[in-house]
Amino acid sequence: MPSSNHNVDFLLLQMTEALRKLLTDNEISDPLFIGIRSGGIWIADKLHQNLAIAEPLGTLDISFYRDDFTRIGLDPKVQPSKLPSSTQDRHIILVDDVIKTGRTIRAALNELFDYGRPASVTLVALLDLGCRELPIAADIIGSSLRLNTDQHIKLIGPEPLALEISQRPGSE
Amino acid sequence: MIESIDHNSSQLNASGQLKHFLTTEDLPATLLNEILDTANSFLDMSSQQVKKVPLLRGKTVVNLFFEPSTRTSSTFELAAKRLSADVLNLNISSSSTSKGESLKDTLMTLEAMHADMFVVRHPDSGAAHFIANQVTPNIAVINAGDGRHAHPTQAMLDMLTIKRCKGDFSGLVVAIVGDILHSRVARSQIHALRTLGVAEIRVIAPKTLIPKDIEFMGVKVYTDMLQGIKDCDVVGMLRLQKERMNSALLPSESEFFKLYGLNSEKLKLAKPDAIVMHPGPINRGVEIESAVADGPQSTILQQVTNGIAVRMAVMSMAISGQLNNSNSSVQR
Repeated sequence: MPSSNHNVDFLLLQMTEALRKLLTDNEISDPLFIGIRSGGIWIADKLHQNLAIAEPLGTLDISFYRDDFTRIGLDPKVQPSKLPSSTQDRHIILVDDVIKTGRTIRAALNELFDYGRPASVTLVALLDLGCRELPIAADIIGSSLRLNTDQHIKLIGPEPLALEISQRPGSE
Repeated sequence: MIESIDHNSSQLNASGQLKHFLTTEDLPATLLNEILDTANSFLDMSSQQVKKVPLLRGKTVVNLFFEPSTRTSSTFELAAKRLSADVLNLNISSSSTSKGESLKDTLMTLEAMHADMFVVRHPDSGAAHFIANQVTPNIAVINAGDGRHAHPTQAMLDMLTIKRCKGDFSGLVVAIVGDILHSRVARSQIHALRTLGVAEIRVIAPKTLIPKDIEFMGVKVYTDMLQGIKDCDVVGMLRLQKERMNSALLPSESEFFKLYGLNSEKLKLAKPDAIVMHPGPINRGVEIESAVADGPQSTILQQVTNGIAVRMAVMSMAISGQLNNSNSSVQR
């Protein structure tokens, strides 16, 4: 039974260590951190701090790249994507709060490639909720979780970060 | 006389989203701000290597120009292409009407080609509204200038320029100078400026180029430019529309420039950080001196860049509003 008291700070520490190891193993010395709006930016920001990366964090708003535009239209709260420099030949650490269907990551990868051809992309997510609809997997996850169909999880933040599970009767 | 058209919110869908963009009049501030915010996001796209998003992939945009235009039609074309839409440019003045085809037949023909959007420029006021009422539901219509009535995307690109230069609309004094009478740009600017809440709107022009009941639009009228431009934050110049003047409204161009043209001397009366806008094309030495048009306070070229972003914003919002007629919630 999923609970709402996942300790986000503890998960972040574990993820930091896993990421540190991955960077060392793959000999990546200057990763470019990119968070997906909005929860992904909070998680990326913490990891970025924990690893003491000097280069500013990039942020990605994937609204213009979503695959359901023809179904639900444009998000009125779209914000600019801000990438600190070219993604050309960079090792990118792409961070989101939750990975589920994989469609957000598909959109993010498409947008990322419009900024240049990265050397590599490593995917990091705080929670993996399963239910994948696309062949996409995270390299590092904080925790895996299966929710009932009427449950919805949300990252509350940015200070402090906490996970909140709510019941949404009748929703997908 | 101010030409006014009953819009009865025909440009909004049931959930209050844009489904056509015909005028800035009567649109709520939240919607105007949404256009500006969305445009701002598109503006940042210029740092991408591939300056294109897949938003309108598979959609067909028809540029329907019944009046010659270079910059408006080309920026609409570029905006549609940057949204990945397919674009058809039709210059109707030189095409079917000369063969006797009626407007309605032209529209039906284009609908049969599965157009998703018409971008309309027409010499008659109200033409875009007329077309919006004629087309099949789910085709979006964007007004790219109709007669003396409205030119809403021009007004919104001016608003974006002001917002990016000044940050905030409240407290701003904005002067619109020149041929107010023939200007659809001025009318759309005034509606947008009022809704976005600037402190003061002034219009500066000779009496012959001021519509009679313009005060009802909530503006202050100045026939003396030296008084009108004093302490302004924004000076919006208008083009002298020679092609629309069929009576002797002006003594001469040089006389006009002397009294209402913007030169460095007159600009000194405005605030030191005032910006100078012009929708283009500029008549150098008629409305504006070259030193000012090319000077540090001029935003003329930024306006062109902002125009593409604003047009991308309203095009994607209108298509979105057409698709999204009932369901307004965006979920992940």
